[in-house]
Amino acid sequence: MHPIIKLVAQRLALGLLLLLGASALIFGLTEALPGDAAQAVLGQSATPEALANLREEMGLNRPALTRYFEWLGGILQGDLGQSLTNKLDIAESIGNRLGNTLFLACAAAVVSVPLAIFLGLLAVRFRNRWPDKLISAITLTSVSIPEFLIGYVVIYFVSVKLGWFSSLAMVNDSMSFGQKLYAIALPAFVLTLVVLAQMMRMTRAAILNLMQSAYIETAELKGLSTFQVIARHAFPNAISPIVNVVMLNLAYLVVGVVVVEVVFVYPGMGQYLVDSVTKRDVPVVLACGVVFAAVYIGLNMVADIVSILANPRLRHPK
Amino acid sequence: MMKNIPISALIGLFFTGLYFFVAFTAPLIAPYGMAEVVGDVWEPSSAEHLLGTDNIGRDLLTRMIYGGRTTIFIAAAATILSFVTGTSLGLLAAVLGGWADQVLSRTVDLIMSIPTLILALVILAIVPVTVPILILVMGLLDATRPYRLSRSVAVDINVMDYVEAAKLRGEGRVWIIFREILPNALSPLVAEFGLRFIFMVLFISTLSFLGLGVQPPLADWGGIVKENKDGIVYGIGAALYPAVAIATLAISVNLVADWVLNRTTSLKGGRG
Amino acid sequence: MNEQLTHMTKEVTAGKLTRREFMGKAAALGVSAAMASTMFADAARAAGPKKGGDLKFGLFGGEATNSLDPATYASSVPQTNGKQFGDLLVDVAGDGSVETVLAESFEGSADAKVWTFKIRKGVEFHNGKTLTSEDVLKTMQRHSDENSKSGALGIMKGIESMKADGDNFQITLASPNADLPYLMADYHLIIQPDGGLDNPAAGIGTGPYKMEVDEPGVRHMYTKFDNYWNDDAHFDSVEVVAINDATARTAALQSGQVHVINRIDPKVAGLLGRAPNLTVHSTPGRGHYVFIMHVDTAPFDNNELRLALKYAINREEMVEKILRGYGSIGNDMPINAAYPLFDESIPQREFSIEKAAEHYKKSGHDGSPIIMRTADGAFPGAVDAAALFQQTAAQAGIPLEIKREPNDGYWSEVWNAQPFCASYWGGRPVQDQMYSTAYLSTADWNDTRFKVQAFDDLLFDARAELDNAKRKEIYSQMGMMLRDTGGLICPMFNDFVEGVSNQLDGWEVNANQEMMNGLISRKMWFV
Repeated sequence: MHPIIKLVAQRLALGLLLLLGASALIFGLTEALPGDAAQAVLGQSATPEALANLREEMGLNRPALTRYFEWLGGILQGDLGQSLTNKLDIAESIGNRLGNTLFLACAAAVVSVPLAIFLGLLAVRFRNRWPDKLISAITLTSVSIPEFLIGYVVIYFVSVKLGWFSSLAMVNDSMSFGQKLYAIALPAFVLTLVVLAQMMRMTRAAILNLMQSAYIETAELKGLSTFQVIARHAFPNAISPIVNVVMLNLAYLVVGVVVVEVVFVYPGMGQYLVDSVTKRDVPVVLACGVVFAAVYIGLNMVADIVSILANPRLRHPK
Repeated sequence: MMKNIPISALIGLFFTGLYFFVAFTAPLIAPYGMAEVVGDVWEPSSAEHLLGTDNIGRDLLTRMIYGGRTTIFIAAAATILSFVTGTSLGLLAAVLGGWADQVLSRTVDLIMSIPTLILALVILAIVPVTVPILILVMGLLDATRPYRLSRSVAVDINVMDYVEAAKLRGEGRVWIIFREILPNALSPLVAEFGLRFIFMVLFISTLSFLGLGVQPPLADWGGIVKENKDGIVYGIGAALYPAVAIATLAISVNLVADWVLNRTTSLKGGRG
Repeated sequence: MNEQLTHMTKEVTAGKLTRREFMGKAAALGVSAAMASTMFADAARAAGPKKGGDLKFGLFGGEATNSLDPATYASSVPQTNGKQFGDLLVDVAGDGSVETVLAESFEGSADAKVWTFKIRKGVEFHNGKTLTSEDVLKTMQRHSDENSKSGALGIMKGIESMKADGDNFQITLASPNADLPYLMADYHLIIQPDGGLDNPAAGIGTGPYKMEVDEPGVRHMYTKFDNYWNDDAHFDSVEVVAINDATARTAALQSGQVHVINRIDPKVAGLLGRAPNLTVHSTPGRGHYVFIMHVDTAPFDNNELRLALKYAINREEMVEKILRGYGSIGNDMPINAAYPLFDESIPQREFSIEKAAEHYKKSGHDGSPIIMRTADGAFPGAVDAAALFQQTAAQAGIPLEIKREPNDGYWSEVWNAQPFCASYWGGRPVQDQMYSTAYLSTADWNDTRFKVQAFDDLLFDARAELDNAKRKEIYSQMGMMLRDTGGLICPMFNDFVEGVSNQLDGWEVNANQEMMNGLISRKMWFV
């Protein structure tokens, strides 16, 4: 397994470099945005004097590069700094919100990933028959409707009309695990619908692609049942593209759920980042951006490594 | 030839064709002017207004027809841009390997590591929002997905015996990409193409939702959903028509994609 | 039957009968549900406020970047926070007059230049400190000195000096201002211990509720402060939850998860009002939705073109379609009947395609597109309003072109920067403050670039004029000037449209700020 460890080490080093690149890119982009934090905070009530005073206090009148390297220096010592706008400790705010985001993402992933793969296998097994078409139609519909619309329809029926679940997915530390699960049931359901289709369709396509291979025919001739052939022989070889798509969707569950957060009033990272971009709160944008980038890069690394492990030819390069 | 087309694909072709036809002939078939205010707010459907009126009293059917035109045009253009860019770079990276692969893949990783929506939001706040720029930003940001997919599929194929054989025969890279790898990578790519189109439709909707989409009074379907969304929870269906249009377009395109997928696998001599 | 009902209402007043029991018994007597409901409400009100319960707000206008520092307040959630933990010196009452809060009384000198506020005794801050006139002085200094970054800096400009003297806090003005007490009612000017100099964002004040949890953009939790100086707060705790999505907000009220919501979209207000467990309150206010032109920038430097645009807007249609009737038409001036000393006799500008076309022709404009910028965030329905404006302008042959800008950055990049855009003004308690804020030559927020010496002179005359009839006359002249030559196109004044659960009682009309001027947690109670 030695080459694998070497590979992981390489990837980790690369990941850190990427993080650095991402932070620079994010900083550059937020700096390029019109306006600054002082202006955004004061909004319509900004007078030139108040603006100048606030800029001074926020340290915005120093050169951009100085501020970036100060931030970088801080983060190397594990200090994420303070928010420009409300002076709160960023590490603490992010800690809470990241926990919430991961909780929701995990809940949605635990349901959606196995379900997507199972439905994908089922669709291949009954290929071109009604179960395949039904699964296809349902997942396609669910992915084609804007998230906020699914959210509103769900809120209307399940929350307002039936009163089964709360439309506000508010969670806080004083709640038990079960209470939290209950609170996030609706957003998790909506997210599941959103990510299901792509994973299911990729599973189906990747396995179908392999079903024509000679070794599958051999397996069938051995007298194995169709489902056994699919699950034991085709699936393992289709892992690479499937894992890739699964990881992309997991990343989406963490970084891309702003709309669902807004609709269900969920205190996650997405809303925090969008608010901070709007208010040009650069240290918070950087911190959130780097956390998101780290999640994405980490998941990608896993996808790459799994792909390599799953393919003997890649595992033992000639 | 036509006999071989399954019913589902025919339905898909019919609706896809219908939507594209309506998109192209919008000014001819729309009953009213696009921005014309012709009635009261949220009128129910009637003989004059088949789908009723929208949130400021414009004819909803007319809005839908013009909205479809915008949506289909932008989404299709962005999907094609995304696919051509992404797939060609992905295949290239897989075949070239080494440094070229590293540079391309890491750049893509870098772009993907920042949430697409946030990136789009920031870029569109810096540059002026026009239709070509929307297509460019959406297409290029999204090209990272086809890139990753095509590369990962191609890397797997690149180490297959038949590719090795082709390399030993001394075939050039272009030949290998187009004759060996692309045909074998086609099915997951086609399956992805249909989905990417939907994501583009949703992407432009989300941008409209955030106020960064097409300029009013022009609208896309997502924008129409947004304009009328407040009525949903009170049983006013104006927002549901564009949502249904998005969903049926998505399903139709994917039914066609599925059919193409089957045909390509058949071409490979599989058992269909 | 009558006797029995009288007896029942007495029991309600005595707190012996619940709403459910009352309704059931009334129904048995053949009283209609609507009637019984009214009777119960009357009886319950007669009983006076009841103590207890946990009040929950679900509000638009809360961001992750909010701070509890009163100097930074600019949206609904922070303003509501301020009203929980803090008190002002004076506030604006429901009838538009000034009422005392932390000031026991106040008086101005005969020339309206020196104002003295007597500070209330025995008021305790949440940190145990007792309120003194020093705290008031330091608070006002923090908002007005040259290092201030306060949103209230603009209104503090006319102050020449301030001093604390025993129980009194005294302000001396550079020039007379009969409306000074109204300035002290600004929501930024919450009195903090030591002026909030050591930690402005600590959330410590003299208010009825003490801050427990501060999660910006998510929720803010308050519990009743035991040593609160007044007895007008009835709840055990108050929670302020940020719900920025309009549909999520109405759903939360409908399903009973919150008791109060703000900013109900007028389009759904009527539909929401049909829900049995809540009441939609519509309060005519001073806020107005506007399109503003820079009068010093071509082509808007031409008054004929400005008049053409003013005639080309259909105000009735806007109120009908954008506000769904929850508002009133504007008259191209920032003042309406909700202001004291408003002159009702100023003629209303009517929508007229012919006049618009005529003025447009006279303006000699070259027919190139006139670009008007808008954004969803400019005011609710701003993009739709722009589309309506474009349609009516087109009928008069005016080539209006809409350009939608991102919400993000609209107030810093477009408003007060681009020559023609959609905007919103929240209104001020008195005419003087509105005009000084946005139409005085030297005003920082002169967003129409309206700089007319004669207008400024009138404004200063009015400030020093203590005879209300004469002031009214001056304000009327000023209004006419703006209406006919200004850069403001004001199609409508919006109402505050808010939803309150029927579990709450004690609603009063107060149009100074939204949600009863932020006083719900002090003036309402659970029935």
